Amino acid sequence: MLRSKTFLKKTRTGGVMKIVREHYLRDDIGCGASGCAECGAAHGGPALEPRPQDQASSLWPRPHYLLPDTNVLLHQIDVLEDPAIRNVIVLQTVLQEVRNRSAPVYKRIRDVTNNQEKHFYTFTNEHHRETYVEQEQGENANDRNDRAIRVAAKWYNEHLKKMSAENQLQVIFITNDRKNKEKAVEEGIPAFTCEEYIKSLTANPELIDRLACLSEEGNEIESGKIIFTEHLPLSKLQQGIKSGIYLQGTFRASRENYLEATVWIYGDTEENKEIIVQGLKHLNRAIHEDVVAVELLPKSQWVAPSSVVLQDEGQLEDDVDKEEERAHMLKTAINEKMLKPTGRVVGIIKRNWRPYCGMLSKSDIKESRRHLFTPADKRIPRIRIETRQASVLEGRRIIVAIDGWPRNSRYPNGHFVRNLGDVGEKETETEVLLLEHDVPHQPFSQAVLSFLPKMPWSITENDMKNREDLRHLCVCSVDPPGCTDIDDALHCRELTNGNLEVGVHIADVSHFIRPGNALDQESARRGTTVYLCEKRIDMVPELLSSNLCSLRCDVDRLAFSCIWEMNHSAEILKTRFTKSVINSKASLTYAEAQMRIDSATMNDDITISLRGLNKLAKILKKRRIEKGALTLSSPEVRFHMDSETHDPIDLQTKELRETNSMVEEFMLLANISVAKKIHEEFSEHALLRKHPAPPPSNYEILVKAAKSKNLEIKTDTAKSLADSLDRAESPAFPYLNTLLRILATRCMMQAVYFCSGMDSDFHHYGLASPIYTHFTSPIRRYADIIVHRLLAVAIGADCTYPELTDKHKLADICKNLNFRHKMAQYAQRASVAFHTQLFFKNKGIVSEEAYILFVRKNAIVVLIPKYGLEGTVFFEEKDKPKPQLIYDDETPSLKVEGTIFHVFDKVKVKIMLDSSNLQHQKIRMALVEPQIPGISIPNEISNMDINEPEEKRRKLEK
Amino acid sequence: MAGLELLSDQGYRVDGRRAGELRKIQARMGVFAQADGSAYIEQGNTKALAVVYGPHEIRGSRSRALPDRALVNCQYSSATFSTGERKRRPHGDRKSCEMGLQLRQTFEAAILTQLHPRSQIDIYVQPLRGVVSLQVLQADGGTYAACVNAATLAVLDAGIPMRDFVCACSAGFVDGTALADLSHVEEAAGGPQLALALLPASGQIALLEMDARLHEDHLEWVLEAAAQAARDVHTLLDRVVRQHVHEASILLGD
Ligand SMILES: [Zn+2]
Repeated sequence: MLRSKTFLKKTRTGGVMKIVREHYLRDDIGCGASGCAECGAAHGGPALEPRPQDQASSLWPRPHYLLPDTNVLLHQIDVLEDPAIRNVIVLQTVLQEVRNRSAPVYKRIRDVTNNQEKHFYTFTNEHHRETYVEQEQGENANDRNDRAIRVAAKWYNEHLKKMSAENQLQVIFITNDRKNKEKAVEEGIPAFTCEEYIKSLTANPELIDRLACLSEEGNEIESGKIIFTEHLPLSKLQQGIKSGIYLQGTFRASRENYLEATVWIYGDTEENKEIIVQGLKHLNRAIHEDVVAVELLPKSQWVAPSSVVLQDEGQLEDDVDKEEERAHMLKTAINEKMLKPTGRVVGIIKRNWRPYCGMLSKSDIKESRRHLFTPADKRIPRIRIETRQASVLEGRRIIVAIDGWPRNSRYPNGHFVRNLGDVGEKETETEVLLLEHDVPHQPFSQAVLSFLPKMPWSITENDMKNREDLRHLCVCSVDPPGCTDIDDALHCRELTNGNLEVGVHIADVSHFIRPGNALDQESARRGTTVYLCEKRIDMVPELLSSNLCSLRCDVDRLAFSCIWEMNHSAEILKTRFTKSVINSKASLTYAEAQMRIDSATMNDDITISLRGLNKLAKILKKRRIEKGALTLSSPEVRFHMDSETHDPIDLQTKELRETNSMVEEFMLLANISVAKKIHEEFSEHALLRKHPAPPPSNYEILVKAAKSKNLEIKTDTAKSLADSLDRAESPAFPYLNTLLRILATRCMMQAVYFCSGMDSDFHHYGLASPIYTHFTSPIRRYADIIVHRLLAVAIGADCTYPELTDKHKLADICKNLNFRHKMAQYAQRASVAFHTQLFFKNKGIVSEEAYILFVRKNAIVVLIPKYGLEGTVFFEEKDKPKPQLIYDDETPSLKVEGTIFHVFDKVKVKIMLDSSNLQHQKIRMALVEPQIPGISIPNEISNMDINEPEEKRRKLEK
Repeated sequence: MAGLELLSDQGYRVDGRRAGELRKIQARMGVFAQADGSAYIEQGNTKALAVVYGPHEIRGSRSRALPDRALVNCQYSSATFSTGERKRRPHGDRKSCEMGLQLRQTFEAAILTQLHPRSQIDIYVQPLRGVVSLQVLQADGGTYAACVNAATLAVLDAGIPMRDFVCACSAGFVDGTALADLSHVEEAAGGPQLALALLPASGQIALLEMDARLHEDHLEWVLEAAAQAARDVHTLLDRVVRQHVHEASILLGD
């Protein structure tokens, strides 16, 4: 059956065009209930159970399916995801509305639908002959959709009656819209609000906590005092932004002061402007990361950023006046010059809420169901939730989602989502740090896994198209011990003309991950594999990362090869790229490879190949360093824990062998060669990586610190920096050079991915290369997958797709990748910090030697070489008399009660775990040497008096 | 706002069809009494009219005559308002010429031209305005295919012997699935697409044209989808022809 749908659409020139789209109605769309005789096998796969048993609702004791409307799906997805909720019909109408309104929720629904245990069924009601409804005159799109949903619900109930009358199976319509619910009941459809229904599931009382509490609009004004001014509607905001009355920007709450935030104003070309917002009323319910509209206040009301640390102590009563007083406190004693543009939030353009980790602050009132939740991220306000399990959740890390922030409420309202576990538990804390750094780490969904190759997998004739057979080459891989995701392998052989052929072979991941499918989308979203202390969160499913893509020895593997012809002085004569199939002859560790190279008795093909590579790599490295490449990373110490014993692995084992740098050299060379090639072919659409030169001011700390040790560091070019770092040696103080390099690293800018068509500066400062990209690790970096695709198109080995040559799409990808890489780095640091805490918790309090890296106005930052651990020694403490502190910015130095501290001074510190704030445990350091009366801790008592009771206590606990 | 979902997880396209299904086809033959043959076809919202004159003597320069077969002359003129947005098109623009040439290639392969040496066959095709009542027009997908199908019916209506029907259909590729008979929305999405003209009885390809790059691994699937669709078109056109013959015989009082 055919219906024409007519749309009116505005054309670019402003005229109105009538668009006629065909809309076909069908009679072969099944109801989704398995075993339905009428629909037969019309629907794919089993979906709804014929006799849903498990939902014992006190409101509707008979078996039933649920049919939620759009808003229920959008706002109550946390409840719907619970394993207890099964047999749900998702209408196409609803799904499409969700798709248009929230991509994350849409994705979650798709994942749930793909989970066969959930028995979710998508009913294509818009194309079903009996459930399609046409928009009536005077009916708006929303009302039409509501009606379509009711029509479908009604159809289901009649259909199910036909299927089996004695079964009494019915569909229950779930909606929070009062009018829609009334209409449904009038039409004979059983309908409940989400809350009513969930509360009726007496066997699952815990579900109630996961309900989002949504106050119906208009309700909020009736109760309680209004605290906040109303948010302006979007249309007014847009008008205001256009005319310049309001400014649009991202709201960033302060970590230190809960009554202060800055709004980063979007600018087209000029530098981003910053506007300060102070005080609860001006902040007006904006939450960190929201996109907001602000109104600038008159200059007379401008303020300076406060330097006060202010933490919300969180009384449940909404005593706002008192807090305004506190806000006034911020404004005293301010230098006129420090005043900054100040504004107030007038409306929200886009909320950027996410589920937050944190802990419950149980209400003092016994039996109260309303409690405050304190997020781990200090920039997020406390959230009020309702729960009956407060005593269970106390002391646990939990997740809470915000539902809304009414005008009469001091805090936003939210609901409990999930219990992560006890504070301090390894698994709980890992989960927390993944969530807080927005690292996608859920198991891969069925939809994603469905795009994996079927096992057993083998290379087919089709795979060999456009692919060279290089299985005869003596290829081998060199990696750290225990590496299961081998991205790269190498070979080197002498050609008949006397030149050398060198090949870098990279796992052909883009052969398995095809553009646009669920697997590709998920990898793109993850952006990178995240390595934590005891855990790896893969970017691609394990079947690919550790098996089919991993270039293990003695198996045929698909690769993307970069092959050079070089002379013996490592000059490139020819470069070519080809998709290939290889068969690695050996998977070696760095140590094994080194041993082969060094032992004179070994002369097999692999060893000869390694020696050739090693010889060339040395020349390449020398040449690179001559050009001014920086070697900063190598001496940086890293704190690694043994997973069994939590002992730090000895730093000596991290020392680099020749073979480490051998592999690195060829990876760099491949990346540069590929960067050139893809930029040549796609001048506008190449995905490249750049490393901007730091502004000279960044180096001030380094130069001053070196000067204090009578050393000169030049920073005018990368080359002079590298040279002066090499010269900066002190025979009396061998560790100084390492410290200088660590400081130099801190002066650097972040390297970033970018799209060549959107930028003009390609330079990679650290590598001293005019162009660079990432090609060599496609198993663990998505950037490399895009680069592989570009290169494959460039050499005609694979086809292109529209998004690949869309520079705006590419720029979006880069933005996400840069974000993910930064977050992965932070997560990694947080993981190291947590394991450090565990280590020192077990070890008790220890004293160690340390070097000063920075001096601050009231503290020194020190590095303990033994653990690669950095920490701050504060000289000001609560409840203690303030010592005399004289800070000299020039030298730089800090004088504490007559004792002067310089950068690089050697000190002795005591390391201990501070658990005073359960949610934010941290390592604290206290000065032991030099001794300053009243400041430092006497050395002798440290290992006895403090340790002993600690140990006793632990024994008692057991 | 998310873009349009071309193929839902449940396997339905934007207009409700499944991957291999054709849009609704309606056709009539003999719509123009003045011509030797004529036909009108609707495939979804794409409408095309074809008119055939001939075989007749060569018009214009006699030197164009071919000694062993008939000359096939094809002209394609796009209706003034037929491709989405208002645009004035002079006659004989590049796109029309190209379309004319393609049609000519297609029909030279199908018409038994050697039966009419030194003569000429003229085929005129025109895609038609979508909604007549409004002054605003729109072409749906598969213009070329609709023109070929209309021309086939018109040639048959003119009684000119053909080797076989020429049936055409488009196909595209979305999310790993080949879609037959693309609508305007699907064409506009910019994915790879091809148009295929087939002689169904022999399976011989009269014309294959492809837009955008498509990996050769996928070509086979897309080609098969288009071929199957073209065979489905054949079934439908065959029914139209039989119906027409039946009606004509009733009129003639047989
Ligand atoms: Zn059924």
